[in-house]
Amino acid sequence: MPTTANAAHALGDVTASDSTLRRFLHGLPGVDTVGLEARAASLGTRSIKTTAKAYAIDLAISMVDLTTLEGADTPGKVRALGAKAVRPDPTDRTTPTTAAVCVYPDMVAVAKEAVAGSGVKVASVATAFPAGRAALGVKLADVRDAVAAGADEIDMVIDRGAFLAGNYMKVYDEIIAVKEASGAARLKVIFETGELSTYDNIRRASWLGMLAGADFIKTSTGKVAVNATPANTLLMLEAVRDFRAQTGVQVGVKPAGGIRTTKDAIKFLVLVNETAGEDWLDNHWFRFGASSLLNDLLMQRQKLATGRYSGPDYVTVD
Amino acid sequence: MASAFEYAPAPESRAVVDIAPSYGLFIDGEFTEAADGRVFKTVSPSTEEVLSEVAQAGTEDVDRAVRAARKAFEKWSALPGSERAKYLFRIARIIQERSRELAVLETLDNGKPIKETRDADLPLVAAHFFYYAGWADKLDHAGFGANPRPLGVAGQVIPWNFPLLMLAWKIAPALATGNTVVLKPAETTPLSALFFADICRQAGLPKGVVNILPGYGDTGAALVEHPDVNKVAFTGSTAVGKAIARQVAGTKKKVTLELGGKGANIVFDDAPIDQAVEGIVTGIFFNQGQVCCAGSRLLVQESIQDELLDSLKRRLSTLRLGDPLDKNTDIGAINSAEQLSRITSLVERGEAEGAERWSPACELPSAGYWFAPTLFTNVTQAHTIARDEIFGPVLSVLTFRTPDEAVAKANNSQYGLSAGIWTEKGSRILAVANKLRAGVVWSNTFNKFDPTSPFGGYKESGFGREGGRHGLEAYLDV
Amino acid sequence: MSEKTEKTEQRRLSVFKTYKLYVGGKFPRSESGRVYEVTDSKGEWLANAPLSSRKDARDAVVAARKAFGGWSGATAYNRGQILYRVAEMLEGRKDQFVREVADAEGLSKSKAAVQVDAAIDRWVWYAGWTDKIAQVVGGGNPVAGPFFNLSTPEPTGVVVVLAPQKSSFLGLVSVVAPVIATGNTVIVIASEKSPLPALSLGEVLATSDLPGGVVNVLSGKTAEIATPLAAHQDVNAIDLAGADDVLAKELEIAAADNLKRVVRPQAVDNADYFANPGIERLTAFLETKTVWHPTGALGASGSSY
Repeated sequence: MPTTANAAHALGDVTASDSTLRRFLHGLPGVDTVGLEARAASLGTRSIKTTAKAYAIDLAISMVDLTTLEGADTPGKVRALGAKAVRPDPTDRTTPTTAAVCVYPDMVAVAKEAVAGSGVKVASVATAFPAGRAALGVKLADVRDAVAAGADEIDMVIDRGAFLAGNYMKVYDEIIAVKEASGAARLKVIFETGELSTYDNIRRASWLGMLAGADFIKTSTGKVAVNATPANTLLMLEAVRDFRAQTGVQVGVKPAGGIRTTKDAIKFLVLVNETAGEDWLDNHWFRFGASSLLNDLLMQRQKLATGRYSGPDYVTVD
Repeated sequence: MASAFEYAPAPESRAVVDIAPSYGLFIDGEFTEAADGRVFKTVSPSTEEVLSEVAQAGTEDVDRAVRAARKAFEKWSALPGSERAKYLFRIARIIQERSRELAVLETLDNGKPIKETRDADLPLVAAHFFYYAGWADKLDHAGFGANPRPLGVAGQVIPWNFPLLMLAWKIAPALATGNTVVLKPAETTPLSALFFADICRQAGLPKGVVNILPGYGDTGAALVEHPDVNKVAFTGSTAVGKAIARQVAGTKKKVTLELGGKGANIVFDDAPIDQAVEGIVTGIFFNQGQVCCAGSRLLVQESIQDELLDSLKRRLSTLRLGDPLDKNTDIGAINSAEQLSRITSLVERGEAEGAERWSPACELPSAGYWFAPTLFTNVTQAHTIARDEIFGPVLSVLTFRTPDEAVAKANNSQYGLSAGIWTEKGSRILAVANKLRAGVVWSNTFNKFDPTSPFGGYKESGFGREGGRHGLEAYLDV
Repeated sequence: MSEKTEKTEQRRLSVFKTYKLYVGGKFPRSESGRVYEVTDSKGEWLANAPLSSRKDARDAVVAARKAFGGWSGATAYNRGQILYRVAEMLEGRKDQFVREVADAEGLSKSKAAVQVDAAIDRWVWYAGWTDKIAQVVGGGNPVAGPFFNLSTPEPTGVVVVLAPQKSSFLGLVSVVAPVIATGNTVIVIASEKSPLPALSLGEVLATSDLPGGVVNVLSGKTAEIATPLAAHQDVNAIDLAGADDVLAKELEIAAADNLKRVVRPQAVDNADYFANPGIERLTAFLETKTVWHPTGALGASGSSY
């Protein structure tokens, strides 16, 4: 896979200065709100049945970043989450593991131990998640802590204040710095799309994140009123598709927050399939940031296998 | 289409619709055979399966139907508007109740995807009746003076591309204003109109107010010609529209014509590209391009041609062509063998004249009438495919350099039905829309319809408007 | 033309007027070089009028088409000002028109004056309509969806008008003014028997700030001029006010070739042009254009802009 350095080369020196970066981001094609949402809604009417549904459910399970991001998180809670990620359905060993567990930095070590040997990754939110309102040094320390504790992936938040104030270079530099601090860990860049407010901003943020070396672009923290939607995810899928076409660099997408049902998850997979394409139909390139989604996927999986509807007592509550 | 995530077949159930082996004409509230006993078969264009055998109306039947409509006119036009309104509201509701059945029926008889009949045709049909129902007792306020009078008997001839929707566009305003109707559906798609006759019976509509006469062009001509028809409404080809205009010359018949088009979809360099691509696709591949207001000419600013075409081709590769009853089908069957051969010959002409043809990899079913989504580049205004209406899934791509050139090329057509403008600049939308000689202009969208909004063409795309307050005028003596 | 003065025995020899066509803002003679005799209601010679040929008709279409862009693109306010200016100019030349109408229609001076006054008032009526018709017949439509659309009337284009045969001036004004009020351009075929008021109107229009080509006046044999115009592919509409039933049917058939908008003759040829003019003659030559715009999302979906 080509590196970020290639990306910069393919796009010329758009990040050379504040003004070149601004001109580039503001020169991206606009987004028509109604058209974007209509396209997302239209793909949402795809009817995914039988074999396609079975495929989609297993794929979705394998893409879940099983998440707990509570002030009340304890080692016990995180261990339970890890066990669930490794063995989502104890009654059916053919169930795939989730992609990762996602926790705060201080829980990384616990999580790491809980999933050891399973192939399930540990992702950690960092950079003063969710608000991101801290000095850069604090944010970087947060990242280094998580990496030191064994995080495979870092989910950072961008400085939305800087972005909305038009300080794109500040946002860019910060992502570069976090990327460096992340070392070998894959970096997911959270835009908090609900706070960026416009689709034009989401497109600009996507490109800004990718130019700075994001491995994933991620919609939201799950901590604000509006999180992942089919429309904003569709828009980000267009961005990664176009970025690869221009630079050769493939970037992943992670919608997070608000995706609770199998039906929803399948709609997102249809978006992936028909927008970015099958290269993204893999948990290396697409994730769901979710918690309750997993049990619904498991119940639907049981229904497909047995032909009868399952109930919440037949999946584990962790 | 990605092979990893192959959508399994998801067919809509055919069982919701019960098609009888034969249907009669609907005259004076009764189903009846044609006077000369003639019948014709209607087939499903996606399979060529015979769906039913339908009575074929002749001159005698036309006369009988017009007399029934004339007889019914006296009482129907004298009804208080509020009572006529309630009949139309009943019809609208029954259509909503039976919409799945009608959607499947329409898909079977027409060949268009269930996704479209379910999500576009049927909701619009019900909405149209709902809209005009409300006008029936408010005509004094429609801006045509106090107590505007109906014309009498309306002879209506509709096409096969949106059979039930075109019926709604014709019948709803006619009945709301107090006219009675004799309607001829197209010979390839008579079934939904005959089901509509049944809905009229369920609604308790007085006999003779709506009469349905399946048949071919000669039936339509007899209807237009009938001396006791006061109003002629036609949707179809420009050639037939001209013939009708000649037929009614020197009479007192009021005429509205919704005819062909060669809509220009203009994409400027500052367009929202992804949405423009969707709009281009909707513009020409909705209903297999068998849409009079289709955006069949793409005018793209030369500076973004390559980028746009790449995106468009990639997008076309995801279109799913096949069984129209499958809920995931985007492109259904062409309506008839005749239409398929017309499309085929125009496409061959395009190639012969030097335009460059492209289609995505696309497997066509072996039975039925099919045509792959097709795109022509290197097209100029001089090419036949840039001038003639193809009425199929075929897009001609032309370029322009400046807004003036875009407008000049867009208007350089004998038609003037529709156009699209794609730009993020508000003042450019308004300036260009202002200069386009077309009855419907969509900015940053395409192929949107609504019962409140007048629809109809400039120039050889016909005259008169359907929909909205404007649509009442065609059925009033004003 | 010949006014006696009682004081002198010697009659002053009057200066005759050469009547000419009005095409593209200019006053050409007929391309054919031919004229025909125009007589008053008693058969007395009044003047020679140009006998327009097919080529004159063709030139008039070219002029009208050329003028269409500017005239239809002018503001409605500006068109209103110009139509009102026509009324002002006519008021000042009333005596001339009263005389011409009296001669043409065999009316007394006072009856002719009533006609001319009504014609002037008709210009005023339509001058006031130019910037109101769009509000009356256009408007926004409440679309069920995240869209806004607006229907506006637009002029049809180049319109051929067969002026009424009997009402040589009021009838003429009644059919010409509404056509141009909305931005169409017109080729009017004057009353065959009584073309002089129409030809004189051209002179008034030329001095009323009306751009050349907006109104083009042809005189001659109505059927001869109308036939090629009804078939002309660059004409968008035809008003058959001055055609008899036989000619009207022929012209309507010819007009179908490019689907011209056709206004059939009134039930009575000598329509009551004194009646409240209404807006039918305005709307007859208007197209409705509906322009759709997305409005952004209707609900709060987070990113609605």
